[in-house]
Amino acid sequence: MMKRIIAVAAVLVMTAAWAQAQEVKVGVNLPYTGIGAEFAQLVDRGMELYLKLNADKVKPYKITLIRRDVKDPSGANAKIAVQELLTQDNVDILAGWIYSPNAIASAPIVTAGKKLAVIMNAGTAHITNLSPYYVRTSFSMWHAGYALGEAAAKLLNGKTAVVGYTDFPPGKDSLAAFKRSFEANGGKVVDEIPMGGAGAVPDFTPFFQRAKDKKPDVFFVFVPAGDHAAAVAKTYAALGMREAGIKLIGPGDITQDTKLQAMGPAAVGLITMHHYHADLDNPENKRFVEAWKKEYGATSTPDFMAVGGYDGMAAIVYVVQTLKGKIDVDKALEALKGWKFNSPRGPISIDPVTRDIVMNEYLSEAVMKDGRVFQKVIGKIDGVKDACKEQKIGPCAPK
Amino acid sequence: MIFGADVASMLLGGVAAGMVLFIVSVGLSVTMGLMGFVNLAHGGFAMLGGYAIVLAMKHWGLGFVPALVFGFLAIAAVSAVLERLLYTRLYEAGELDQVLFTIGLVFIMTASVTLLVGPENQPLTLPSILRGQIDLGITRYRTYSVVLIAIGIVIAVGLWLAFERTRMGAQIRAAVDNRRMAESLGINIGRLFTVTFAFGSGMAALGGGLGAEFLGLDPQYALKYLVFFLIVVAVGGLGRVTGVFYAALLIGVLDFVLKKYVPQGGTLFIYGLTVLLLLWRPQGLFGGKAAA
Repeated sequence: MMKRIIAVAAVLVMTAAWAQAQEVKVGVNLPYTGIGAEFAQLVDRGMELYLKLNADKVKPYKITLIRRDVKDPSGANAKIAVQELLTQDNVDILAGWIYSPNAIASAPIVTAGKKLAVIMNAGTAHITNLSPYYVRTSFSMWHAGYALGEAAAKLLNGKTAVVGYTDFPPGKDSLAAFKRSFEANGGKVVDEIPMGGAGAVPDFTPFFQRAKDKKPDVFFVFVPAGDHAAAVAKTYAALGMREAGIKLIGPGDITQDTKLQAMGPAAVGLITMHHYHADLDNPENKRFVEAWKKEYGATSTPDFMAVGGYDGMAAIVYVVQTLKGKIDVDKALEALKGWKFNSPRGPISIDPVTRDIVMNEYLSEAVMKDGRVFQKVIGKIDGVKDACKEQKIGPCAPK
Repeated sequence: MIFGADVASMLLGGVAAGMVLFIVSVGLSVTMGLMGFVNLAHGGFAMLGGYAIVLAMKHWGLGFVPALVFGFLAIAAVSAVLERLLYTRLYEAGELDQVLFTIGLVFIMTASVTLLVGPENQPLTLPSILRGQIDLGITRYRTYSVVLIAIGIVIAVGLWLAFERTRMGAQIRAAVDNRRMAESLGINIGRLFTVTFAFGSGMAALGGGLGAEFLGLDPQYALKYLVFFLIVVAVGGLGRVTGVFYAALLIGVLDFVLKKYVPQGGTLFIYGLTVLLLLWRPQGLFGGKAAA
């Protein structure tokens, strides 16, 4: 009898130990409530969808998501959330970060915590320099901004440009990226217009009126993803800027998939440079969009934020498999340096030097097709790296 | 000629923005002047009105004009109930109590809207004839701005006539100038208050709907623009339709011009100018205590 009890106990202890070795805890920080709630949902669904579609790739390990609400872009709440994930929940891997200020504020904690930290959205270029454990699966503002500067000068034959930007770190980054490559390719930025903060959608009329008066060939607009885009397209159309021969261009935030159909005809003609939109024509994306609509409803659509979460989870699963469930941060970084993945946005990899993503950029034009706004790819650049760190500009230079 | 078109487009943009401010603020000015009540929830009524109008168009397929009428009536009714149930209890209270009460009301409105409709911006879909551009001879400008200016002028003239030429208007003016005397002449102040309050809130609702194209519509609306509405009332003077009208135009144009030419300054200049103006004329630019 005694022997049996000991045997059972031994088995229980062993299974417990076994189960423990199998589980990898991923601490997710996203703004689940407040103005960023819809973004958090997109990234969260992206992560969930990857786990769901690739359940066999996760086995025999178990990935547990521990979610923390960071509420807002202030930085302070994100810092607390990351700290709690590290010290109270003892997570193995950190993930999330919608807003740049949050990623900037969390950096010292991430460094002190010595855990792999996967950035799934925040796009200010120099963020990955702030902690050696940051790996980014989303984008840098320079990916689109820099590529679009060149395309605006060469493909769209722009000689002059006005830049309108939302006055916060990614906005300034986007302005710097666009200006540098546009002017390097013979263009001239004739005016730079800060258009209020990121917190609220302003009335764009005075800013756009100013841009219109300068009569540029192209008007480059950076606004944060979300509600700003509709107001941008509306004001552009209402002020007759298209008729005045001014092309509205920008990163894909102005044609975010989740907002595009509501913008309707006002969106037609917008030209964007971005790494993803739901209309991309590749088998991987077709599968992804189909699975998304099946899971979250026919009227819902993934967008670049969802793909940031999806690809981020792919990277995490790859690390878990490569390290056999025992996550050591240095080994994890080493593993990710050789990671290549066939994403819905096309082939991606992690730059071994900068830990930032390398991916394709697509130049697209919004057109009307079958009664809906469709993003037609009119140009593509393969294997784009973050130009800010490539060229060691300003805060992107390594310390 | 180019210069003329520039100035014209700038004035049109600014005046249109001013009209929105006027339509929302005029009710605040009258209720504050009439009842001496500091109603910080006024922006909240504008917000609720905007939501009522946008959602009625979206879900019930109401046209823009019927939706505006609906928004006006719905918010007037809601505010009349609130006035009878809650506001009357605080008429005799101090300003601080009134401020605390109404700001609390704003928070409740914001939270309710977030809960019921969601945190995101609600886009207003204008009828197609109001979209696009209109040729005005010297310049082409967005149709909606021009229409808004026309609506604003009609409302201003209508209110002025109602205020100066009708019995009700005379009663309100009498009550603003000397409440006790008005009461002793047999004017039913309680009823007058309710009607005026409901009407002012209805106007705010109308402004919330008409202005959604420019100001957007989200749960933060009530607090975000409150300062602007208060500035208009402070500059225009209490209880003065014409004062509020001029003040709204002034602020609208100034804000537009400053944002266009010095976008780096943000809204700083408007606040700075308001501070200076109120130091110079605490009763407002167009307000004279005794003048009608």
